Amino acid sequence: MVAQRVDHKWGMVVDLDRCTGCQACVVACQAENNIPINTKDYFQQRRAYEWIRIERYWEGQFPNVKAKFIPILCQHCENAPCEPVCPVFATYHNDEGMNVQIYNRCVGTRYCSVNCPYTVRFFNYWEPVWPERLRNQLNPDVTVRSRGIMEKCSFCVQRLRRGEVNVERRGLEPLTGERIPTADRKLNYRQMKEGNYLPSCVQACPTNALQFADQHDETGPVKEHFDEANEQIETREHGGHVDESHTRVYRLFEEIGTKPNVVYLKKVEPFPVEKA
Amino acid sequence: MQEGTPLQSRQINAELLRTILNSPKWFWIAISILGLIVLFAMAAAGIMINKGMGVTGLNRPVMWGFFITNFVFWIGISHAGVMLSAILRLSKAEWRRPATRAAEILTVFSLMTAMMMPLIHTGRPWRLVYWIYTLPFVPYDYARGIWPNVRSPLVWDPSAVYTYLTSSILFVIIALVPDFAVLRDRTTGMSNRIYGMLAMGWQGNPRQWKLQIIAGVLLSALILPVFVSVHSIVSWDFGMAVSVKSWHSTIFAPYFVVGAVHSGVSAVAFVLIILRYIYGWQNYIRHEHIDALGRLLIVVATGWFYFLVMEIIFGIYGREADEIAVRSLQFTVNPWAIWMLIFVVITYFLPVAIWLSKTGRRNLWIMSFACISVNIGMWLERFLIIVPGLARKQLLTFDWYTYRPSAIEWILVGGTFAMVSMLMLFIARVVPLIPLYDIKEAEILRTSIKIGRVSVPATFRED
Repeated sequence: MVAQRVDHKWGMVVDLDRCTGCQACVVACQAENNIPINTKDYFQQRRAYEWIRIERYWEGQFPNVKAKFIPILCQHCENAPCEPVCPVFATYHNDEGMNVQIYNRCVGTRYCSVNCPYTVRFFNYWEPVWPERLRNQLNPDVTVRSRGIMEKCSFCVQRLRRGEVNVERRGLEPLTGERIPTADRKLNYRQMKEGNYLPSCVQACPTNALQFADQHDETGPVKEHFDEANEQIETREHGGHVDESHTRVYRLFEEIGTKPNVVYLKKVEPFPVEKA
Repeated sequence: MQEGTPLQSRQINAELLRTILNSPKWFWIAISILGLIVLFAMAAAGIMINKGMGVTGLNRPVMWGFFITNFVFWIGISHAGVMLSAILRLSKAEWRRPATRAAEILTVFSLMTAMMMPLIHTGRPWRLVYWIYTLPFVPYDYARGIWPNVRSPLVWDPSAVYTYLTSSILFVIIALVPDFAVLRDRTTGMSNRIYGMLAMGWQGNPRQWKLQIIAGVLLSALILPVFVSVHSIVSWDFGMAVSVKSWHSTIFAPYFVVGAVHSGVSAVAFVLIILRYIYGWQNYIRHEHIDALGRLLIVVATGWFYFLVMEIIFGIYGREADEIAVRSLQFTVNPWAIWMLIFVVITYFLPVAIWLSKTGRRNLWIMSFACISVNIGMWLERFLIIVPGLARKQLLTFDWYTYRPSAIEWILVGGTFAMVSMLMLFIARVVPLIPLYDIKEAEILRTSIKIGRVSVPATFRED
């Protein structure tokens, strides 16, 4: 018997006001997704793998300087520029709003990375090697990529799948293990949190700057922001004007028309840096 | 116009077939030097496939570098063949005759060399053969319902280029059939049998000539749309990239096509000068031919320069911050600014100044210098489009970086030049690089017009 498929549309909200640039998400992602160790050489050659990275920008003139942080990960665009250019369909869009990379198909033309405005696709220039003592920490749920292929943030699809299997198929309440009635078997935000089904960066964020849930989940933290962001897109598509001073919601490089499934919330500046 | 003294058919045969199956000492020396370079390049490619793309200088923003530049360059060179033989054949330019075959064969070899570049630049070349290239013995994986993504410019590319390659090879072979017959009649033994097979029973009777001419004209007409589409599609590799600000331009297709003709015709002019020098074909590749190519190149270069200026103007007209970032890298930051300056001077101002004077067009040394400078410049042009565009892709300044090619990439690029030269030398040994029958036809059409007391050389044509 095939279980009824539940429709999801995953989305992430990045609250820049809360981000402290602590890089906990970067480390968590590195550990969860079997990302090769970024050595000094990798950084110097600009070939480091950071499925999520914290970009640091300085604002103002010395001595009135402020550091600003923005975590950038794969935006899982609805109109992803990386998808149409792949000659072998190694990257495609699944029906849960995620941009998925199929490692086996990838031949490494690197066109997707060239066409990614956020530069969040990473190429395996070398065969990844782990020291002997770290071999056992590899996550068995995640493919270890070989050289010559692209990789990128997957929204920790392995965790979402585990959640879907446990909650929606088996009907198990994550904490108590009780059976859920068949009609209610839909992975919601509370269950994701209790069962560790959130992406590892979201789980690791100490300030809750990263929020992840189903975009239609009433109980989740992202619905209101996505509703607002979608409203903005609709207003713009109909030629309307969005007053950006009254909203914190925006999408990165909205003008390219990629419609990302990651929404950013602007930083609130109580004491803005004086412009020199 | 026909300069020089009339030639007898016997003399034409003797002089143009002198190179065939005849290997002077310099031939082997040249072949071994070029072969050594090619072997080096193969070793470099082997190291790259064995160790991974890490041996190149590519990095995260600049994922494409020398290989793609070289690919576009050789595709550009290949545009000379059709430009010279198809367009000039249809427009009945008399001076095309000695240049056609060298141009077509250069087309075939440069296309083959060009298509190696995207193959070895991928991370897993052994998979690419399986997925994209429609070799007859490597079918698509249709059994599992997996097809190539036809929305991708990287699928349009091989489609267009292989169509062009197939039609160019057909074009060369059709033009070669009468010459193969001449060779068949002058050889013995094994080579006689091979040339006999290639000549396909050519007897030189009127029906065969008629069919050969019809096939040539038909192919010329059919190859023209392919000619325009090939470099347009190559340019769409870049033009379709919405995320790379300076690439995402609608002007790229005509810009690239004209640029390709510019570099291709210059390359053919250079090859002709070399042939004239090493085989002593002064009677066939005459100053008037190089002169005519020079005059054609003035027009092509100026058309290309117009597109170059327009591309820059369209880019900075919108005054978008990301576009300005790319342009300021190209024009104000060293070493890019220096390369940009060198590129514009050696691709347009220097050669066109040379071609504008008759002395420049008729002096072979100056002419070869101009042709080489155009080709270096056109190589630089592709490089200056590809790498700065990627280095300043979007406004996330945190990800900006530059590119420094590694030794492996230099060797591989050098290897492609050695390979095309080597293949040209090899083919010169087995087929006449100047079409015998075409020259003989020109001799038949040679006439002179009396204007007053002066007799002017002319060509008689029955249209």
